[in-house]
Amino acid sequence: MTTVMSASASAEETAAAVPAPVTMAAALNAALADSLAADDRVVVFGEDVGTLGGVFRITDGLASRFGERRVFDTPLAEAGIVGTAIGMAMNGLVPVVEMQFDAFAYPAFEQVTSHLAKLRNRTRGRLALPVVIRVPFGGGIGGVEHHSDSSEAYYTHTPGLRVVTPGTPADAYRLLRQAVACPDPVLFFEPKRRYWSRETAVLSVDGPPVDRAVVRRPGKDVTLIAYGGMVATALEAAAAALEEGWDVEVIDLRSLSPFDDQTLTASVRRTGRAVVVHEAAGFAGYGAEVAARLTEQCFHYLEAPILRVTGFDIPYPPPHLEKFHLPSTDRILDAIARLQWEGDNA
Amino acid sequence: MTTLAHPGETLSADGLLPSAAPLALIDADGRLTPEAAGELTLPAPGVLRELHRRMVLGRRFDTQATALTRQGRLAVYPSSRGQDACQVGAVLPLRDSDWLFPTYRDSVAVVTRGVPAEDVLALLRGDWHCGYDPYRYRVAPQCTPLATNTLHAVGLAHAARLQAKDQVALVMLGDGATSEGDTHEALNFAGVWKAPVVFLVQNNGYAISVPLAKQTAAPTLAAKGIGYGIPSLLIDGNDAAAVYSAVRVAVDRASAGGGPTLIEAVTYRIEAHTNADDATRYRSSDEVSTWLERDPIARLTAYLSARGLLDDAAAGRLAAEAERLADGVRERMNAESTVDPAELFEHVYAHPTAALERQRAALLAELQEQEPAS
Repeated sequence: MTTVMSASASAEETAAAVPAPVTMAAALNAALADSLAADDRVVVFGEDVGTLGGVFRITDGLASRFGERRVFDTPLAEAGIVGTAIGMAMNGLVPVVEMQFDAFAYPAFEQVTSHLAKLRNRTRGRLALPVVIRVPFGGGIGGVEHHSDSSEAYYTHTPGLRVVTPGTPADAYRLLRQAVACPDPVLFFEPKRRYWSRETAVLSVDGPPVDRAVVRRPGKDVTLIAYGGMVATALEAAAAALEEGWDVEVIDLRSLSPFDDQTLTASVRRTGRAVVVHEAAGFAGYGAEVAARLTEQCFHYLEAPILRVTGFDIPYPPPHLEKFHLPSTDRILDAIARLQWEGDNA
Repeated sequence: MTTLAHPGETLSADGLLPSAAPLALIDADGRLTPEAAGELTLPAPGVLRELHRRMVLGRRFDTQATALTRQGRLAVYPSSRGQDACQVGAVLPLRDSDWLFPTYRDSVAVVTRGVPAEDVLALLRGDWHCGYDPYRYRVAPQCTPLATNTLHAVGLAHAARLQAKDQVALVMLGDGATSEGDTHEALNFAGVWKAPVVFLVQNNGYAISVPLAKQTAAPTLAAKGIGYGIPSLLIDGNDAAAVYSAVRVAVDRASAGGGPTLIEAVTYRIEAHTNADDATRYRSSDEVSTWLERDPIARLTAYLSARGLLDDAAAGRLAAEAERLADGVRERMNAESTVDPAELFEHVYAHPTAALERQRAALLAELQEQEPAS
């Protein structure tokens, strides 16, 4: 899959090889522009993605640069956006569509789960649907209700879909280019609280493939597993943990489905301890799968149960209360402290 | 006086409303209707004979499939008996480049499009979800969730337009499906995009048991087109000539860049919803009898016979062809299914994930253990 992406990345050429500060929003915009430039089959559409450039400006400038046959506004109907994307993919296009917010993607749920995810299988591989659905997700931006859901587990529970989420600007570029080039349907979750975070980087598709996790910070004592908006939080926690004497390895999952057992198992077998972090509610959440699988694969290497640091099992709180809900570095450090260290009396 | 309107509002409903009564070309007794039938024109004799032939073959396929459910050879079969004119009239006007988006009740339409009967029945037999290659016949997999296929058809049609391909998508749906949100979204997208798509609503009066009166308060389903800026046609769905002509008009319009058309074909489902349904719980035998008198095949037989376009010898040859078709279906459906458990993991993704490969290996090992040692 990586070989597909190395072709004609115009941003890479124009931006040259000089590392420059870039926000995740700008990196995503560059990935869309380069995907449109590299492949005539790519079309970008959704609500407000044309003239306005999207409510988060991720599609800024694309309609004027590529024209309204390639980048266009649709009627306000999410099932319509995904359902027509399926038909367009059947007819040779590569649709990259935007759901304006996580919770506003629910009207498209049937199209995603009953059709997008299943058509390849229903037709014995004859009908491939290379569709990317971009979903700004998660909280931390002070949004009123229905604007901060972490809905990833609904989709990771659906065979046939790939679910990915970037944790850094450079990876946002790479992962989105990879998602567009992927022959499978991809749910692309964008951590909206990190849209404006910066990284000094060269945008490039080269690097880990779409289905691999990466070690963001090597460490030997604990494996801290995070994705999307929680990657930065996990790295902060790892820095703070060093002062407490714990050398924490931070893994950015990138691909929630499929799950990169190899990278994760190797890390946990080495450290013997693991904590999974996500914003979504813990009960029947993605972290439960991570903990279960790693326990199955690493049981004899584990020094302690795998712990989860997650949002509470509540509807996403109003803006003035969200700080109590979201996993924080303190909560992560508390979890690390509970991993049955030698000398503990507990 | 300035008119209050936002850009895009045309303030004109000209040409968007359907006729008050269903248009027909050939009446229930096989006579040409005396009144003009709007845009509809009587197809040529050769087309009428082909419509008749395909309906006879389709009916035989349909009754054979129903019989196979009684023998346990098919898990389920939703019959389209009585809707034969829609099944055939929807398909024959389509060109090779066009696409058909059928539902689970449209097996006869799929057969009429050229898909081998046994491949159509793979779904209902339980061998695989879709037994044919959609690209080979330009037929989407038969859609079980209601109305979802309307959006696929609009997307495919819009993609054709974006790529300057001369392709029209025809999507089949029922009266019940018009209540689903996806139908609304599809009509709306199609209208806005002027997509080359034809919506053919087979209004058979019932969504399983729920009659049309509980489904909608609209005067007709065709009347809904005006809300989307889509011209619509209300036709007699048991008149194959009318269905063919209406679809022809709609396909030509779409192909010429005129955008979508909504067709409501008024028809009736003679059998129950499926072999597992008991229709006597919600409709009277008198009602069914009334519709049996409007049989689509009988009326075209009468028309063709009266004009010397179908004699006894030709009818006999057609009956024999239908029996050969049924024999072939029986023979292939009576053969044992060949399914491969390993295939369960093959097509979930373009390439099986490592986890799926482990699961496949585990299943195959489990099956090997169960096999008696040889």
